[in-house]
Amino acid sequence: MILSQLVAGVSVGSILLLAAVGLALTFGQMGVINMAHGEFIMVGAYTAYVVQSVLGHAGISLLVAIPTAFLVGGLLGVLLEQLLIRHMYHRPLDTLLATFGVGIILQQLARDVFGAPAVDVRTPSWLQGSVEILGTAVPTSRIFILGLVVAVVAGLSLLMTHTALGRRIRAVVLNRNLAETSGISTRSTDRLTFFIGSGLAGVAGVTITLIGSTSPTLGTSYIVDAFLVVVAGGIGRIKGAVIAAFSLGILQAFIEVGTTASIAKFLVLVIVVAFLQIRPQGLFSVRTRSLA
Amino acid sequence: MSITATGGTSRPTPDAAPRTPQRASASARGTGRTLPTGKALPTGKALLAGLRRLTGGPEVPGPRHAMIGLGLLALGLLVLAPMLLTDFRLNQLGRFICYAIVAVGIGLAWGRGGMLTLGQGVFFGLGAYAMAMHMQLADAELQGLAAPQFMLTFGADVPWWWEPFRSGLFTVAAILLLPAVVAVVLGLSVFTRRVKGAYFAILNQAMVFAFAVLLVGQQATLNGSNGLSGFQSFLGFSLYDPANRRAIYLLAAAVLILLVAIAWWMMRSRFGELLVATRDAEERVRFLGYNPALIKTAAFATAAVMASIGGALFVPLVGIISPAEIGVVPSIAFVIGVAIGGRATLFGPVIGALAVAWAESSLAETFPSGWSYLQGLLLVLVIAILPGGVASILTRFRPRDGGPGSDHPHDSGQPDLRDLPDQPDQPGHSDRADHPTQPDLTVQEGDRP
Amino acid sequence: MTALSIRDLRVRFGAFTAVGGVSFDAADDEVHFLIGPNGAGKTTCVDAITGLVRGSGSVTMGGTELLGRSVQATARRGVGRTFQTASVFEQLTVVQNLDIAAGLHRRWPALLGMRRSVEPRVEQALRDTGLTELQDAAAGTLSHGQKQWLEIGMLLVQDAQALMLDEPVAGMSHDERVATGELLHRVKRGRAVVVVEHDMEFMRTFASRVTVLHQGQVLSQGSVTEVQEDPRVQEVYLGTAAQPEEELVHA
Ligand SMILES: Nc1ncnc2c1ncn2[C@@H]1O[C@H](COP(=O)(O)OP(=O)(O)OP(=O)(O)O)[C@@H](O)[C@H]1O
Ligand SMILES: [Mg+2]
Repeated sequence: MILSQLVAGVSVGSILLLAAVGLALTFGQMGVINMAHGEFIMVGAYTAYVVQSVLGHAGISLLVAIPTAFLVGGLLGVLLEQLLIRHMYHRPLDTLLATFGVGIILQQLARDVFGAPAVDVRTPSWLQGSVEILGTAVPTSRIFILGLVVAVVAGLSLLMTHTALGRRIRAVVLNRNLAETSGISTRSTDRLTFFIGSGLAGVAGVTITLIGSTSPTLGTSYIVDAFLVVVAGGIGRIKGAVIAAFSLGILQAFIEVGTTASIAKFLVLVIVVAFLQIRPQGLFSVRTRSLA
Repeated sequence: MSITATGGTSRPTPDAAPRTPQRASASARGTGRTLPTGKALPTGKALLAGLRRLTGGPEVPGPRHAMIGLGLLALGLLVLAPMLLTDFRLNQLGRFICYAIVAVGIGLAWGRGGMLTLGQGVFFGLGAYAMAMHMQLADAELQGLAAPQFMLTFGADVPWWWEPFRSGLFTVAAILLLPAVVAVVLGLSVFTRRVKGAYFAILNQAMVFAFAVLLVGQQATLNGSNGLSGFQSFLGFSLYDPANRRAIYLLAAAVLILLVAIAWWMMRSRFGELLVATRDAEERVRFLGYNPALIKTAAFATAAVMASIGGALFVPLVGIISPAEIGVVPSIAFVIGVAIGGRATLFGPVIGALAVAWAESSLAETFPSGWSYLQGLLLVLVIAILPGGVASILTRFRPRDGGPGSDHPHDSGQPDLRDLPDQPDQPGHSDRADHPTQPDLTVQEGDRP
Repeated sequence: MTALSIRDLRVRFGAFTAVGGVSFDAADDEVHFLIGPNGAGKTTCVDAITGLVRGSGSVTMGGTELLGRSVQATARRGVGRTFQTASVFEQLTVVQNLDIAAGLHRRWPALLGMRRSVEPRVEQALRDTGLTELQDAAAGTLSHGQKQWLEIGMLLVQDAQALMLDEPVAGMSHDERVATGELLHRVKRGRAVVVVEHDMEFMRTFASRVTVLHQGQVLSQGSVTEVQEDPRVQEVYLGTAAQPEEELVHA
């Protein structure tokens, strides 16, 4: 019983983390509040749908959809950064509202193109069924998602610590002006950071199709949670986002025992808000450029 | 931008000669520099100047202009609208008025106080549900039922916490006090921890999300996602009688006008000046012996009560309240009208909210998806290009000293960052602590080609 | 009488000690200068005294301990300050700025009222700082020097017992400096005025007493001449930071 809730919690946490990890870059590292991030997730999900409609085969199309959605999300992100966000780096609250406007447009676009009713993406046969873990049956797709999250987070931390790009991103975060005067192009760094962060939203969208159906409002149901994960984890720390996502997931799973899903959700949000009262800087803190 | 409306429009000349008080300067420049184009200009300009003073300008209008503005609003909403509109349209306008009431509070908290209240749905919902519970109980009583209809279908009893809402007095008290208490508790805890800017906005959003989730979960007690509806009477008057519905409309319009008057008073009072000071330089205010957390909490709580009143009037006018009316998206929609109208102005939020709601419903009737695009686009464009809202367009027509074509960075025609309440300010060392206006802020980022 | 007494003030930022045991007294009716090279810890001292950063040691005024109080509580005790970067409320007019500073003397219900007339103390401050003509100008449109004066004016209406000014004459012309110095001497009556400055000439002309900080320590203390003759001061500070312009010293 405890074990099965734990497993359920980890599963919820991994999806939360996937939705939040891109934000950990764009919000956490760059301080940009991109409310359209949720819609990028939605676009990723529809990308999976389109790829599957074109390719037919569920297994192959999933593997094709992941990189495609990364590209689509990333390009959307760069476009948004280039056209809108870069003009507003000094106005975080206005960025929030303006990108929300973009979100409204993307949602309506999805509604006009794919229709308002939800569509389904078929799960490949090798992800159907379930595996027995610690005495509970865990759907294979959930394990796949967990594996994907681990891969994404590992890849991202390697990128941040071991590559020139990662060093550039961190340099720009720590001191923009200094980075600029030492020859780092902050513009291209911003663009790349945004590309990766938004691309990860696309990937998150693909994986979400494995556990539910896809509708134009898909993004709205994830965006608030995702922001909370990043804030609770501590701005600018991927480690914090990981811990926060899994804690939230597990907390939710355990509160659900004895209450309902909606009360559990409510309580989790209340707990996070209360936690942020005690530690406004989140679990881990680091000074970033434009917030905190 | 516009704010500095008067003094601020002219370039800051370092060795400033005494500046003419605003009124004089506006009109003097308006007429003194008439272009050869003709004599019609001065009246046009005078009209613009008047409009500017009514709507534009972060400068709060003086008593005379406030009275004129309120009078026009009253004339439009209390006299003209009931005369000209059909019952259906009037009722619709009543709904917009509820949004405008919420907008007045947002203008105060966000425009004047710099707190982006993305969670007004919580307070709107508190007021609306309080009113709806009262009306449900009253209806049940009239019909001789033991409990509201939906509870009977669930086979549930009236829960204990519904009971006090049988009393109209308790309901009114709850509508006014409940949001105030919630906002004060939340505001004090958040603001004394110096949570601000984007964090405050995100916390608010999480709060409204949680609230909506909670409501959806209350199947047997609040009818879950269907919400409360099917009301038959309001304060003992039948809702089927058009005359009663008109009366409710008039009540809402009168409340709006009263709240705008209160907002004007608050903006114009010392509190209003202090609120702007706190918005622009929170740390600095501390050094003058004030606690900014209290100031911000007061504005936040006022906005919360206004949202609650809007919600309470919404229920008899519209006849339903459900979680869908108060979630994350409706809460942002409350803000959109304010942003478009002019967040820091007195009448901007009201006019913006009314106009946006009207545009939405008339577009939605003919061209449903068009509205979403327009709304999104408007939001993006107004925020990016015209952060002062439409009200700031008026100041663009202000004749400039240098004549048309001259381009001074401080000209108020351009939105000026000085206006934007959300400069991130970093706590800590005083050299850097809290200085919203560093030289590099004078040119507006969004204006770059 | 000693208005403000600082004993063994220490401020640490993590492992870095910005102020390492500073003691000095600022007496009423004196303009006490706090000088030292960049990074010496002058601003940090003022920050600690006014409650902005946490410091240890003791800061007393009229026998009451000030350390450990919040910024606003310290302000209410009668300590006022200005900032290295002029920070006035740019969107508000000069009168509004001053009126807000006078709020310390009103009870809170006054906040609900409107400002109908210019209070006498505000009027006095306008006259003292020469800003009467500009009283309805938005503070954001003032020149740098005028903003500094407005800040001083805000201190005056606050009626602070201890005035801490962080580089009040930076960026001012010579005449403006002289005017500011004279203003400081006019307002010092019954108050302790502490001035952080880099401008040596200004210091020599207007200092009653001087404390020299270096790397968070007091290097030297005394009258202008005593300090100037201190070889250690000449070494770390006067030798490098400023070229004395002799003719101005006696201006
Ligand atoms: N919040 C802080 N965190 C870390 N170090 C700080 C902080 N504030 C100040 N310092 C450091 O403390 C030292 C003293 O700074 P301070 O600003 O007091 O110097 P100062 O004498 O006012 O210099 P200046 O004349 O340049 O204004 C500096 O080395 C500075 O970098
Ligand atoms: Mg300093």
